Amino acid sequence: MEDVIYARDLVKAFNGKEVVKGISFSVRQGECFGLLGPNGAGKSSTVKMIYCFLPVTSGILKVLGMDVQEKAREIKKKIGVVAQENNLDNELTVLGNLLVYASFFNLPKREARLKAEELLAFFGLEEYQHKKVETLSGGMKRRLTIARALIHSPEILILDEPTTGLDPQARHLVWQRLRSLKERGVTLLLTTHYMDEAVQLCDRLIIIDMGRILESGRPRDLIGRHVGETLLEIRGDPGIWDSILENGRAYIKEHMIVGDTILLYPTDGQALIQALRPVSDRFFHQTLRPATLEDVFLKLTGRGLVDEFSEA
Amino acid sequence: MNFRKPDLSWLVWRVFQRNFQVYRKTWKVSLSFNFFEPLFYLGALGFGLGAYVQQMEGLPYLNYLAPGLIASSAMFATAYECTYGSFVRMAYQKTYHAILATPASIEDVVMGDLIYGAFKSVLYGTVILLVVAALGLVASPWALLVPPVLAVSGLLFGALSMIWTGLVPNIDSFNYFFSLIITPLFLFSGVFFPLKGMPAFVQQAAWISPLYHVVNLTRDLVMGRAGVHLIGDLVWLLVATIVLLPAPVFLVRRLVIK
Repeated sequence: MEDVIYARDLVKAFNGKEVVKGISFSVRQGECFGLLGPNGAGKSSTVKMIYCFLPVTSGILKVLGMDVQEKAREIKKKIGVVAQENNLDNELTVLGNLLVYASFFNLPKREARLKAEELLAFFGLEEYQHKKVETLSGGMKRRLTIARALIHSPEILILDEPTTGLDPQARHLVWQRLRSLKERGVTLLLTTHYMDEAVQLCDRLIIIDMGRILESGRPRDLIGRHVGETLLEIRGDPGIWDSILENGRAYIKEHMIVGDTILLYPTDGQALIQALRPVSDRFFHQTLRPATLEDVFLKLTGRGLVDEFSEA
Repeated sequence: MNFRKPDLSWLVWRVFQRNFQVYRKTWKVSLSFNFFEPLFYLGALGFGLGAYVQQMEGLPYLNYLAPGLIASSAMFATAYECTYGSFVRMAYQKTYHAILATPASIEDVVMGDLIYGAFKSVLYGTVILLVVAALGLVASPWALLVPPVLAVSGLLFGALSMIWTGLVPNIDSFNYFFSLIITPLFLFSGVFFPLKGMPAFVQQAAWISPLYHVVNLTRDLVMGRAGVHLIGDLVWLLVATIVLLPAPVFLVRRLVIK
């Protein structure tokens, strides 16, 4: 498959301070590619360079074979962008938003109208087409923003945190639509700090932290590689960590301590639980659960993905 | 800092159209200041104060004042648009960001906003001109040249306002722009009285005021006193506009594209 986005040693600095510190990756045609990381990791800066909003400080960045520094207008004709903040025209109607946006791509009026109607149907917004945007719910606004980004039938759709701030139902609706877009052959590039979103949508992803790539691969592979299938999580008095590790030593590949919780990566979960039985009366709580990307992130960085210290 | 040459395209027109579309939905709300206020001035000062005031430059006070208010209300309309209006689009509504995700460049966006500001100048100035004409205060068909003059002055005031927006991008700072720049222009550019009675330095300073030249042009066109003596004012406006126009484009680009 062909690379539709290609980044090599990509750097972004603001006033000399690097927020993207030389990252390399490529996105293939037709896949859903994720940039996963906490707030302030450099995800948004990276995608803003891809959609030609921020100039590249150094490195190579090509979209659809074109250099972002030289062919911004050409690239922007062929990509759709859903930015992090709501930037719809609140005073206009739902349909008006789509038609105004279409005019920037010089779509003929008739064609724009047909495409707008098709998109409104696809995103379940038909009955709201004459409503003003300010009357819509957050989830509907987001769907409209995605519809707007598709008005010119782009080859790549770039979404910067597409479901941040949405309630669970609205998120699932957005995910569904994104998956069916992918089935129609649209390449998706999204940033997220939600693990479940990455697992639900992404074929491949990179985990970014502090401007660098920590890991890359398919979500399942990353979990398997770093954590294993399951994980035993025990909350308890930190005084017992030593005896846990001692008793379970035969079945523990690795462990990690986070506050009052110890995470054990078992070779055999049930056997480990058996082995820990002698000390289990001092646990507050234990769960044997499937490992998640969150655990991968925790292991790679030693901290959680959404924690207060990582706020930009 | 890069000084690359401005990257302009016909999408400037689309930016203007976008703003115009929004205006069509919201004009009733924004009509008040730009439309009623000059009429209140005209009523209070023109009719009220005018009854006690002697002729100015051979004109009854109401006739003297009316063309000046055409020029000043056009200035205010543009100044509001290219400070508060542009800033809200840039910083709060993220409209610039949305448009920049289309093939439009930041230069297209800023120029589109400036042309929209100039449109406001023409629109509100012309509406006041029509009111003034309805009151029988327009003496000559030369007044038909007022809207083109307002288009040039609109670009100029748009550029000045957008320069401020680019330099001090803060919604509270616009109070200073109006108190320290726009209001003095309004008061000391010959809208209300001829500057001949003022100290010499005020008369000389007036030459620097863009509004002074717009008022000269507007008043003489409305009064049918068109002639070669107006060429100086027109050239002044054209040169100032051409010289200043690149500055807001550069300043706002620096602000938005980091």
